[in-house]
Amino acid sequence: MNWDSLANVAFALGCAPFLMGVINRTKAIFAGRQGQPLLQTYYEIWRLLHKGAVYSKTTSWFFRAGPLAGLAITVLVLFLIPFGRVPAVVSFQGDFIFIVYLLGLMRMMTVLAALDTGSSFEGMGASRELQFSAIAEVALVFALSTLAWKAGTLSISEIFTKVTPDLWRTEGGILSLLGVAILLVFLAENARVPIDDPNTHLELTMIHEVMVLDHSGPDFAMILYSSALKLWILGTFLLEVLLPFQVGNFWLDHASFIFAMFALAVLVGIIESSMARLRLIFVPRFLMGAVIFALLAFLLGLR
Amino acid sequence: MTSSEPSVGRPIRNAEAVRLSEIPILTTDHWRQEILRATRYSAGKKEWRICALFALPKGGAFRLITVLANNREQSLTVFATDVRDRYPALTPDVPEAHLFEREIAEQFPIKPEGHPWLKPVRNASSTEYFKIEGDEIHEVGVGPVHAGIIEPGHFRFLCNGEDVFHLEIALGYQHRGIERALQGGPNKRTLSYMETLAGDTTIGHTLAYSLAVEGLSRLDVSPRAELIRGIALELERLANHTGDLGALAGDVGYLPTASFCGRLRGDFLNLSAQICGSRLGRGWLRPGGVLFDLPKDQTEGFLSKLKATFRDVKEAAQLLWHRPSVMARFENIGAISQQVCQELGIVGPAARACGLRNDIRHDFPSGIYRNARIHIPTRHSGDVFARAYIRWLEIQESTRFIEAALRSAVEAPISKPTTQAPLQSNSIVVSLVEGWRGEICHVALTDHLGAFARYKVIDASFHNWTGLALALRDQQISDFPLCNKSFNLSYCGYDL
Repeated sequence: MNWDSLANVAFALGCAPFLMGVINRTKAIFAGRQGQPLLQTYYEIWRLLHKGAVYSKTTSWFFRAGPLAGLAITVLVLFLIPFGRVPAVVSFQGDFIFIVYLLGLMRMMTVLAALDTGSSFEGMGASRELQFSAIAEVALVFALSTLAWKAGTLSISEIFTKVTPDLWRTEGGILSLLGVAILLVFLAENARVPIDDPNTHLELTMIHEVMVLDHSGPDFAMILYSSALKLWILGTFLLEVLLPFQVGNFWLDHASFIFAMFALAVLVGIIESSMARLRLIFVPRFLMGAVIFALLAFLLGLR
Repeated sequence: MTSSEPSVGRPIRNAEAVRLSEIPILTTDHWRQEILRATRYSAGKKEWRICALFALPKGGAFRLITVLANNREQSLTVFATDVRDRYPALTPDVPEAHLFEREIAEQFPIKPEGHPWLKPVRNASSTEYFKIEGDEIHEVGVGPVHAGIIEPGHFRFLCNGEDVFHLEIALGYQHRGIERALQGGPNKRTLSYMETLAGDTTIGHTLAYSLAVEGLSRLDVSPRAELIRGIALELERLANHTGDLGALAGDVGYLPTASFCGRLRGDFLNLSAQICGSRLGRGWLRPGGVLFDLPKDQTEGFLSKLKATFRDVKEAAQLLWHRPSVMARFENIGAISQQVCQELGIVGPAARACGLRNDIRHDFPSGIYRNARIHIPTRHSGDVFARAYIRWLEIQESTRFIEAALRSAVEAPISKPTTQAPLQSNSIVVSLVEGWRGEICHVALTDHLGAFARYKVIDASFHNWTGLALALRDQQISDFPLCNKSFNLSYCGYDL
């Protein structure tokens, strides 16, 4: 048992909702507003946990299971991913494919719970989510596979330890293309602008939000929490590729990685403040862009 | 005089009272022929459009009062026909009559025969909807309770996946029976009904009412009061157009303009509050004049606030037009052609976005607009962008107008309206006002005692809701909120 790795999981569980606060504060500053408290997501989760949940008579046990399963899977993924140069709690050959499948399973639970309501909105959201994630998943798998190939290992903890300043010097082109691909997937998977708008109240334009419209109380708290964790997980992937630098001091490296995580949240806030959402029919093209970046990286690697 | 002019109608002016006995009563066939001839669309041109069409109970029968307008010729005409319980519907030949005839059939036991669908206009309990059969067609019902703080209305989309074949809009959830309550007036309640008829168009409707009463009682309004009314109307336009630009930005997820315009709308509302004490302009206008003036020593401060707010709106709007990701969402979305626009009788900014230079302030001017001409901007693409950009052009024009009006104004008392003068009996008056949403038409008919026998209100939304439904055809369902906001129609102004 690696105590550092366990500490990282605990840290992620504690700090992920704070990322949301940073994004919202950045957006507020751009809009000239004071903005909600940085800890608002914690308050929301706390408030929701104290509320009762409302269940429609048309839903089955699956509707109740969806959010719980989603949270359980996300926490499981946290145990499988490295943080900075600290390896994951559990790692094995091929675990990066396992992670992608776990994320797919989480999505399946959300989608099935949404379809369980029989609402036309939720069906629409489910159809959008599946259509878009089918492309986003290709991009993510392609990107991680290319990294695995270049690193010569199939374990994600080892893959990311092989991404060093030296690798950036020799394979900088590949890594920057992969970075772009993962950034696009990161925005899409976390339902951020320009793919989705987490702030909108318009049911007809939503993707992720519309699937969870019927969840309330503790169920919705779990959904909020797992989406914060998902932001953390995919953010980790992105930073592992983009930030291979380390000075050697464990604490300094660790602190700089955490700092980078919040800088990423600021970046998301800046992106959301500076552009409009894409039309829904252009989202697949946007995600195909991510696939093409990953594919180009792969082809560059063939030289 | 054009060939299509209904030679039979009684030409009237905006807010001019005429005796009911002067309205020509035609045979139903003749009446129908005249409307068909006048409103015919041919070679890209349509001379006349229906301003108002409603039934007036007359013994055991009904009189269909018809008001037609020709914006280009700047003429209005009134005529009527008597029907018992049925008549051949206009709608198959005159699409813009469809809602008027549905309303007639809902309010009275009259059947316009041949009307394709006499669905109730405001009876929200009706659950019959248009249907398309097919395995791949699905329906998405939205509302009447919505996720945002907006008025209730039911929208039913017939979709194939993300593509919309047809949108059906069912309203009436806010029907308050205003027209019936106005009968027998004017009384102490009448003004309150007018000011809250459509909350965001307080000035527009109160002004239309004031013009109607002034026409019927031959009240004169002092030039200063007319000036203040013009300022009130333009401030309402500025506030709402600015709010709309912000809301459009918000709907596409573009944060900066959404946030700025939300605040700036409040700044314009505060300018109204500075004069009359109410942000929405309640208690400002009265038949005979206005209750609040802008004191001379406050004019400079008022103008500098107006200009400062305008400068900020300009910045916020420029952010929109220069942002490619926003323009990609606005352009070529929800377009309606000029022909559809004319055949449906669309009014206001939505019509001007289709290239129609229709504006009551220019075509049927009253008050200050008779002397101070206003520039009417148009666009031609008829899409969300055109409807948004028209608003920006009108914001510029309204600001210029207020400034010019105040600069050229002479100091004069506003002649506060005193007691209510009696209304001329057995008369009709048609008052038109260009509200920020478009044409507001009030038709008042008085009985032999000078009380309202019928008071008909037609908000711009009554004409335009169908335009929104058609704008959505073959569009993406996810673009509906954006298209809806680009029209930004009133629910309560329609529901009455």
